[in-house]
Amino acid sequence: MSVANLQTFPSTWKKPPQMIKSRRWRIILMIGAVCYLTLALGSVEINWTRVIDGIERGQRFIQGFLEPDFTTRWRDIRSGLIESLTMTFTSTVVGVLISVPIGIGAARNLAPPWLYLICRSIIAASRALQEIIVAIFFVALFGFGAFAGFLTLSFATIGFIGKLLAEDIEDIDESQAEAIRATGASWRQLINYGIQPQVMPRLIGLSLYRLDINFRESAVIGIVGAGGIGAALSTSLSRYEYDSAGAILLIIIAIVMTAEYLSGHLRRLVK
Amino acid sequence: MSSQDTTTTVPVWQHRMPKTRLALWFFWLLIVATFVYCWNLMTAQTMWVFVYDAPTAAADLMSRAWPPRFSYMERLWKPLWDTINIATLGTLIGIMMAVPLAFLAAANTTPSRLLLRPLALFCIVTSRSINSLIWAMLLVSILGPGILAGILAIALRSVGFIGKLLYEAIEETDISQVEAITATGASKGQILNYGIVPQVLPAFFGISVFRWDINIRESAILGLVGAGGIGARLQASLNMLAWPQVTLIVLVILATVVVSEWVSARVRHAII
Repeated sequence: MSVANLQTFPSTWKKPPQMIKSRRWRIILMIGAVCYLTLALGSVEINWTRVIDGIERGQRFIQGFLEPDFTTRWRDIRSGLIESLTMTFTSTVVGVLISVPIGIGAARNLAPPWLYLICRSIIAASRALQEIIVAIFFVALFGFGAFAGFLTLSFATIGFIGKLLAEDIEDIDESQAEAIRATGASWRQLINYGIQPQVMPRLIGLSLYRLDINFRESAVIGIVGAGGIGAALSTSLSRYEYDSAGAILLIIIAIVMTAEYLSGHLRRLVK
Repeated sequence: MSSQDTTTTVPVWQHRMPKTRLALWFFWLLIVATFVYCWNLMTAQTMWVFVYDAPTAAADLMSRAWPPRFSYMERLWKPLWDTINIATLGTLIGIMMAVPLAFLAAANTTPSRLLLRPLALFCIVTSRSINSLIWAMLLVSILGPGILAGILAIALRSVGFIGKLLYEAIEETDISQVEAITATGASKGQILNYGIVPQVLPAFFGISVFRWDINIRESAILGLVGAGGIGARLQASLNMLAWPQVTLIVLVILATVVVSEWVSARVRHAII
């Protein structure tokens, strides 16, 4: 190339790569992604005749959703709703009550190492198991119905609130706890006056948020027999009664939206 | 109650004002009362015989379910592969639907505040308020059992999650960069491409990987309602009361969840 060519200023600009700087890695990742996609898409078997049948069913579902039928299955829906709502409230209360001591035990700045390990493993176990799987086991142990669902949701609440509460306690302003300690306070007084005022707003917020989550989950665990509105939904869908299913879904969406709105409002109030 | 012998009473410090204490007391009373009421309603139909019987049932179940039947593993690789595909393909389709929705829903990029923004927000909220298992039930009943229903269920649930977090990220972008691009005389598309996209790209990848991790968890159980993957084997084993197989499947699901969480934590750490 001639010297003159080198001296000309560049007239075009190309956006530099942002995420992966090295060119070699970009190529490797691209090839990997393409290979994976061909393999994955190749292993997806689609029964096209069934899908085409489904289009007609889909239309019926949308129709059922637009003209929901609340009356035919109202008794199932009503008892399912009552179970779901009561299950949500009781399991949140019990779950929060149990998770407070576990959360305190899982905070590194309050608990001795052996207690810390025990509480952290309880939290890890509760978080790693999905609600549905826990519900299957509780139904096998305690029989069908809302009680198994209540236990499932309480168990799931422990992991959620326990972890977030423990992290919150670890993040507190140490100087306040130090001041309480300096007065010669007992351990109980330290918790009550040094820690509790700092984490209480967030604990209330988390509990409200969990109430919201527990309702959503209560609509699901009924599928495996743990009570609640999910059972009614599952039956009506397997009978292809899309208008009843549409009604149940509308009720669920309405309650979830109200709960989200209310709990968001309350959480802002507490802060 | 004032006692006569203490002539000089020093006011004792108390944590709260009397009024606040009374209000708190009522608040707790309300919670207890609601709890008792709900508890009675909920347990009205509980068969307490089964509950009292639970310890023996638990011991019985343990003796049946342990040890896990490891030889069943060879029939689990294919469903496991399907599960990972459901999660990954579902996340990809979800991203494809969520990105345009997020740009329509963000207040600073939406083309029409009155019409498109509420519509996009409504789509996001609907997708979020229905659990992926319910989406799967619905799609299985419409499309028939299989992986396709699972992929679409995961995709439809992911739209709301990714859409919500992404549009919040778009709304939080730095306006000065956008102004700088606008000042060069850039078109609308160029403003998006050079002003906003570079700012939200790290958040976008973080959100996507996070959702992929959640999707792995959820796709593992979608098979319970017939949407393919390892959950289908779980359902089959449960129906046959083959508890050693159930234990193995639960262990495999746990391992997958832990690995995917680790991968997603590593990737997010590298990005952010």
